[in-house]
Amino acid sequence: MTDHSSDIDSVSGKSTTGHEWDGIKELNTPLPRWWVICFYLTIVWAIGYWIVYPAWPLIQSNTTGLFGYSSRADVAVELANLEKIRGDKMAALGTASLVDIEKDPALLALARAKGKTVFGDNCAPCHGSGGAGAKGYPNLNDDDWLWGGTLDQIMQTIQFGARSGHTKTHEGQMLAFGKDGVLKGDEIVTVANYVRSLSGLSTRNGYDAAKGQKIFAENCAACHGDAAKGNQEMGAPDLTDKIWLYGSDEASLIETISQGRAGVMPAWEGRLDPATIKAMAVYVHSLGGGK
Amino acid sequence: MNKTVNPKDLTTDDDYGPLYAARKKVYPQSVSGTFRRIKWGLMAFCLGVYYFLPFVRWNRGLGAPSQAVLIDLPNSRFYFFFIELWPQEVYYFTGLLIVAAVALFLMNSIGGRIWCGYLCPQTVWTDLFYAVERLIEGDRRERMKKDASSDPMKLERISEIVLKHSIWLLIAWWTGGAWVLYFNDAPTLVKELVTFQAPMIAYIWIGILTATTYILAGYMREQVCTYICPWPRIQAALTDEWALNVTYRYDRGEKRTSVKKAAELRALGQQVGDCVDCYQCVAVCPTGIDIRNGPQMECIQCGLCIDACDNVMTKIGRPKRLIGYDNDINIHRRQEGKAPIYRIVRARTVVYSAIIAAVGGIMIYTLATRSLLDVNVLHDRNPVAVKLSDGSIRNAYTVRLLNKSGYDRLIAIDANGPVNSTVHVVGVDSVTPDRPMIVIPRDATSELRLLVTAPADNNPEKSIPVHFHVTDIGLGVVASATDNFVSP
Repeated sequence: MTDHSSDIDSVSGKSTTGHEWDGIKELNTPLPRWWVICFYLTIVWAIGYWIVYPAWPLIQSNTTGLFGYSSRADVAVELANLEKIRGDKMAALGTASLVDIEKDPALLALARAKGKTVFGDNCAPCHGSGGAGAKGYPNLNDDDWLWGGTLDQIMQTIQFGARSGHTKTHEGQMLAFGKDGVLKGDEIVTVANYVRSLSGLSTRNGYDAAKGQKIFAENCAACHGDAAKGNQEMGAPDLTDKIWLYGSDEASLIETISQGRAGVMPAWEGRLDPATIKAMAVYVHSLGGGK
Repeated sequence: MNKTVNPKDLTTDDDYGPLYAARKKVYPQSVSGTFRRIKWGLMAFCLGVYYFLPFVRWNRGLGAPSQAVLIDLPNSRFYFFFIELWPQEVYYFTGLLIVAAVALFLMNSIGGRIWCGYLCPQTVWTDLFYAVERLIEGDRRERMKKDASSDPMKLERISEIVLKHSIWLLIAWWTGGAWVLYFNDAPTLVKELVTFQAPMIAYIWIGILTATTYILAGYMREQVCTYICPWPRIQAALTDEWALNVTYRYDRGEKRTSVKKAAELRALGQQVGDCVDCYQCVAVCPTGIDIRNGPQMECIQCGLCIDACDNVMTKIGRPKRLIGYDNDINIHRRQEGKAPIYRIVRARTVVYSAIIAAVGGIMIYTLATRSLLDVNVLHDRNPVAVKLSDGSIRNAYTVRLLNKSGYDRLIAIDANGPVNSTVHVVGVDSVTPDRPMIVIPRDATSELRLLVTAPADNNPEKSIPVHFHVTDIGLGVVASATDNFVSP
């Protein structure tokens, strides 16, 4: 080590560190005493911190510290506090009627916020994150409802589902007219074209409308109604509107008629608490298609 | 401060000299004069504003806080006399910070660190603490003597020390107390604090700020400026050759001689300096430096040495301002026999002033013209459009209405979008179909779900603009927002 103490800056008369960059030297000014003491205190503090807080990683775990602090416990506490804060409001959701919830701006906002979150967790996999649906999964934003679009009906569908195996579930299905041999191929094609004509879609050249109507009346009208307006008791869709769950092209219709359809909606009663189901019903209803 | 050190005198435990050194305590002497008066005045003003502003009332109507300056954290509102700011208007604070920063630059380019010397809280409170210390323990000489004396303490001395620290703590406590008053209704909070009803957080903050005030102004003092604060480091980059810094005019002061000797030499017609080496400038300096060594990092440009020197010059019958706000350019000019020049107005100060004016102007303009009724619209992303059973197309929007005024508003919503389109707000059964009307409470926001439906017989383009107009039924104030109407 070189002897730095002999290197004295001629201007200030203080010693330098002896280093030099482009003729610039650094004065060797001692640190303020309080500063050094503070530095030592931080070291002491750190050692104390190791003792009372989780600090050192071990092979499988880590030192837990005397306070038993953990950020996961913190989260649990925070969540409990959140539940406490929301307690009154959620209780209000539980007691208020569905219609009253929609009438009260504060409750509506709460229900929509809650519903949106829960929807994202539980319903979005089938219905899409905004309830836009997909082929075979109903769009919840439109005004076309298989099982009814009033608040109560939506609530019921969420609670018990459709073909979910729950005792109170919605039952009813589209039969497989082709697979079960009820209708032959050409009859299926004819009735498919007839159904297309009901909502003003184009039909195949040379298709026999009268025959189609007859087949429909004999086989389909029982569920879909004579005017093909559907039946929400059985989840039979309206065949005269512009909305098609499984597609409106001829091929899709033929597949529907010959193979049948029976989509399943799970029952949520027991999986979600009543207030949450109510919030969800309000949320779905307020997507815009509610009746 | 800057005595030449013999290498042999360095207390070394190795080659490097001592690792750390104790603070050399500074004993500033009292002084009177122009700059001291300015400092007293600014101190009174700043502390007066700080301590009493929370008690100033401002009527904002029923249900609104009546405190002129209030930072309402729970409700996230900031009140300043006739201005009320919401969290999303935090850019006004950004503007304020820009103005504050550039104002510091401007001060610096005009008079160096005058902020440090006159307005900085650290300086103001330290000054106040020194004043208390002087009042109780006496001026520089007495204090030095008392600190240096090795006699056992007498009761008188002990009571002096206790009294001093009690007053310091009282000031510090009041300082912390004033701070919390900005965050809650002051008279109420004072009552609560006195009766121990106030929230814990208030006591905690008072405790923290009492401690910091007491330690920083009572013990750390000039060390904050020398070791802790970044501003002195920055200012070196902001100062230029025209900035007026406290300067010892060595062209006039050197060579230093005694008063008697100077008189003799002048009688002989010789050139002598005015400085009589009386060390008054060093004695009054709150940072304990000798200004005659030239510009130094520790100097806070407070001008007290100017006052001290002026008093001495007056006594010995020489012109004032041997030390003054000046720059090196003028010293060299005087040495060359030219008149000194001062350039307050120069490119740098003009640019800084222009920035301050521009930012300030923008802020005032936006404040004056900001709408107290506002609307934000967010288009649903999933699905962007919904086809209804009759073939019509519907788009849904989340609309957030902001009512920044102090009264409830009845507003109507219109949407100019596709031809013959209808508007519906979820949960609102309006008496006027297609023109939903809603009450937004005072000083609040409400979020609505709004549906726009275009009829089937009139298929709009893939995407057309839709304009939302929000009208205050009573006042006719209109806020609008634009979004798009999308077809699937």
